[in-house]
Amino acid sequence: MAKADPQGVLTGAHYIDGDEACAEGAMAAGCRFIAGYPITPSTEVAERMAGRFPTMGGTFIQMEDELASMAAIIGACWGGTKSMTVTSGPGFSLMMENVGLAVMMETPLVVVNVQRGGPSTGLPTMPGQADMMQAKWGSHGDYEIIAVAPNSPQEAFDLTIEAFNLSERFRSPVFVMLDECVGHMTEKVVIPPADRIEVVPRFMYEGPPEKYLPYQVDGGRDGVPISPMLHAGMGARFHTTGLTHDHRGYPVMTPECHEQLLSRLVGKIRDHKDEIVHVVETDVEGADVVVLSYGISTRVAYGAVADAKRKGLKVGHVEMKIVWPLPETRILEIAAKVKGLVMVEMNLGQVVREVQRLVSGRCKVLLAGHYGGTVHDPKKVLSKIEEAAR
Amino acid sequence: MKFWRTPLDLEKQLVPRGDVHILRERCKGCGFCVEYCPEKVLALSKLYNKKGYYPPEVVPSKECVACKFCELLCPDFAIFITEKERVAAEVNRGEG
Amino acid sequence: MSDTVTKAPERLAEPIRAEDLPHPMEKWLRMDRIPHIWCPTCGLGTVVTALVEGIKEAQIEPDRLAVVSGIGCTGRVAGYMKFDSFHTTHGRALPFATGLRLSNPKMKVVVVSGDGDIFGIGGNHFIHAARRNMDLTVICVNNFIYAMTGGQVAPTTPGPANTSTTPFGAFEPPFNLPYLAESCGAVYVARWTSLDVRRMSHSIAKALLKPGFSLVEIIAPCSTLYARRNRLGSGLDLLKFYQQNAIIQNGAKTADVGIDFQRPFIVGEFVDAERPTWEELMRKQMKSVLGEKFIPHEGGECSSCE
Repeated sequence: MAKADPQGVLTGAHYIDGDEACAEGAMAAGCRFIAGYPITPSTEVAERMAGRFPTMGGTFIQMEDELASMAAIIGACWGGTKSMTVTSGPGFSLMMENVGLAVMMETPLVVVNVQRGGPSTGLPTMPGQADMMQAKWGSHGDYEIIAVAPNSPQEAFDLTIEAFNLSERFRSPVFVMLDECVGHMTEKVVIPPADRIEVVPRFMYEGPPEKYLPYQVDGGRDGVPISPMLHAGMGARFHTTGLTHDHRGYPVMTPECHEQLLSRLVGKIRDHKDEIVHVVETDVEGADVVVLSYGISTRVAYGAVADAKRKGLKVGHVEMKIVWPLPETRILEIAAKVKGLVMVEMNLGQVVREVQRLVSGRCKVLLAGHYGGTVHDPKKVLSKIEEAAR
Repeated sequence: MKFWRTPLDLEKQLVPRGDVHILRERCKGCGFCVEYCPEKVLALSKLYNKKGYYPPEVVPSKECVACKFCELLCPDFAIFITEKERVAAEVNRGEG
Repeated sequence: MSDTVTKAPERLAEPIRAEDLPHPMEKWLRMDRIPHIWCPTCGLGTVVTALVEGIKEAQIEPDRLAVVSGIGCTGRVAGYMKFDSFHTTHGRALPFATGLRLSNPKMKVVVVSGDGDIFGIGGNHFIHAARRNMDLTVICVNNFIYAMTGGQVAPTTPGPANTSTTPFGAFEPPFNLPYLAESCGAVYVARWTSLDVRRMSHSIAKALLKPGFSLVEIIAPCSTLYARRNRLGSGLDLLKFYQQNAIIQNGAKTADVGIDFQRPFIVGEFVDAERPTWEELMRKQMKSVLGEKFIPHEGGECSSCE
C-alpha cells in the first residue's frame, strides 16, 4: 500500500455535500484527470474538481457528451493518469459501450453515478437507486464489475478512495453509486492527513519494455490474475484493443481465446468476491429478521429497524458498502439463521433479485421498494420487517 | 533512361541503379507496382505464390533506377529496393 | 503492358533472396501480425507506409507516438504499427486520443480511422476536437463506404453510388471533409489520394509537427465493396481513376473541394492556419487568473504509483 499524495488531500473537517466529498475522495486517491459532462444531480463533482485541479496538477475537461467523457478517461488512464468521470442516469446509459471497453482493456478507473429518478429524463433533481442492474449488466456481454454505494458525504469521500483502490487491485472500472439525496446532502466530512490514507498503487511492469506483453499474467498480484501495466510513452510500444485478445494484446478471433480471456476477466472478480466485501453489521447475531440496504436507503432503514426493536422484534441490519459483487457468503450465512431478509432499496426490485436468487428459499426475502423521487417512508419498511418476522 | 529533353549537366548526372527485392509469398498480386513503376521494370510473373497470386518480377531488359515508388506504394510491404550503384546517364533518345 | 515476359524463366534471376533481407518497413510493423487482413488492391497498406514515412520525416521519437484507431478496416491500422497503439470503440478514437494526450502531453497522438468511423458515428467528437484545436493528428482514410461491415452507405458516399444499404443508389448529399474540418477550426487540412505516396508523407509530417488539430484525408480505393458494387473494376482501376481525376490545387477553398461520384476532384494542402491549441489556451487562461498557484498537469507518470 502507498500513502496518498498530499497535494490532493484537503486535510481537515469540512461541511460539504456528497458530490463535493466524492470529488475530494477522488483527488485524495490520486485522481488527476476528469472528463465530465454536466448532468443534474452530479455536476457538483466535476465543478469542484474544475476548481481544485488547476492548483494541484490535475486536468479537467468538459467533453461534448458522456460517450466522449468515458472514452477520454480510458485514454487518460493509458496515458498514465488516474482518471474518473461522473454522471447520472441518462449519461450513465451513454457510457455503457465504453464501460465494456474499459473492462476489456482492463483499465482501472472510476465512474460515479449520482442516481436520479428514472427512466429517461425522469426526476432530474430527485433521488433514485434504479440504475443498480445497469451498473452490473449495463454493457453488452458477460463481465463483472465492482460498485460501491455511499450513504453519506463522509462515505462518499471514503468509498471513492476505496473505489480507486479496488479499480487498481482488480484492474477494472469501479462504480460509485451515489444518489441525488446523498449527493446534495451537506454534512460534516473529516479528511485525514495524507499519510493516514492508504492508496493501492498501480500494478506496474518492471521488466525490459521491449519484452512487455500487456496481458501476460504471471501469477498476478495478491492472487488476483491481472497483468502488470505500462502506460503510453514508456517504450513498450504495446497494443491494446476492445477485440478479444491474447496475452500479447493481439486480436484473436477464436472461441478458445475468448474463453481463456473471459474466464480470467470474469474470474478475477467473481472468484475473489470474498475479498471484495465491505459491510457494516448491527445486531445480526440472534436476529429473526435482517434488513439489507445500501446507499441512502440504509439511513431510512436505521429508523425502521429502531422502530421494530421498540416493538420487541429481534432485527439486525447489514449495510452493504460494496453492492457488486454481492457479499454472497455472508448473506448465505445469515439466511441460514433468520426467518427473513428485508431488502431496502429505492427501486422496484433490483439488488433483491440477486439476493433472492442466492438465498433461493432458505428464508423469506422481502423487498421494501420505492418508486423514487423521495426516500422511503420508514413505516412501510417497518411493515415489511414485521411481515418477515411472522 | 529516356529524358524529355537532354539535361545541360548530363555528364555530371549519375543515375542510380537498384536491386529489386520481391517477397513473393507476401504479395497479393494487386499490380500497383507493375502499373506505376516509371521505368516499366516490373511485370506480373507467370509463377504464382502459395496463395495463388502472381507477384511481379523484373523484366530482364529493364533497369531499376531505385526511385522506390513501388516500395512506398505496395500495400503489402512485399517489394523493396536497395540502391546498387550510380552510373553515368547515357541518353537513349526516343527509345520506347 | 508492352514489356510482358514472353517465356517463364526456369529460375528467377535474383542474386539476393528477398526473404533474407528485411523489408525496411518491418521494424515499424508488428511482423508477427503480417500479412494483414486488408483486401488486395486496398489502399490501406500504402497509408501505413506513408504514416511511417511521415513520422520519420517529422523525426518524432517513436516511443513518444501513440496510434489510436476506431472500428472499421482503417481501425485495424493501430494493430499493425509498432507504436503504443489503441484499438478503441467505433467513433470514439478521438475522445480516447484527447484523454491520452491531455493525461500525457509529451505524447504525440495520431488518430487513424475511416470516413465512417470519424465522420459518421464519431462526427460529434470530430467537430469538438477541431473546435478545441486539440493537439491531435487525424488521418482519415476515405473510401466512401463502410467497408468492414460489408459496404453500407457512408456520410461521404457520393450519390448515386450503389451500396448495400442504398441498392437503388445513394441520394444523400455527402460531407466535404476538408470544408467541415476547416469550418470547425482545424489548423491544417490536406487531402491526397493513396497514390500520392510522398505527398501523403510530407503532409503527415507537417501535420505531426504542427501544434493543434490537423486532418489529412486520404482517398483510398476500396476494391471489394465500393469498386465491385459500382462496377468500377479493381482497386487498381480505382487508383488509375484517382490518378487521372485528382487535380492538385494547393490552397483551394475548402468549400469547393466536394467530391462527386466518379468525377474529377481536388486534392492538395488546403488549410495551414495558426491558432492556439487547447493546452495553450487553458494554460494561458489559468496563469492569468491563478498566477503562481497554477500547477499544470505534467503527466506521463501515474501520480501515486510507486
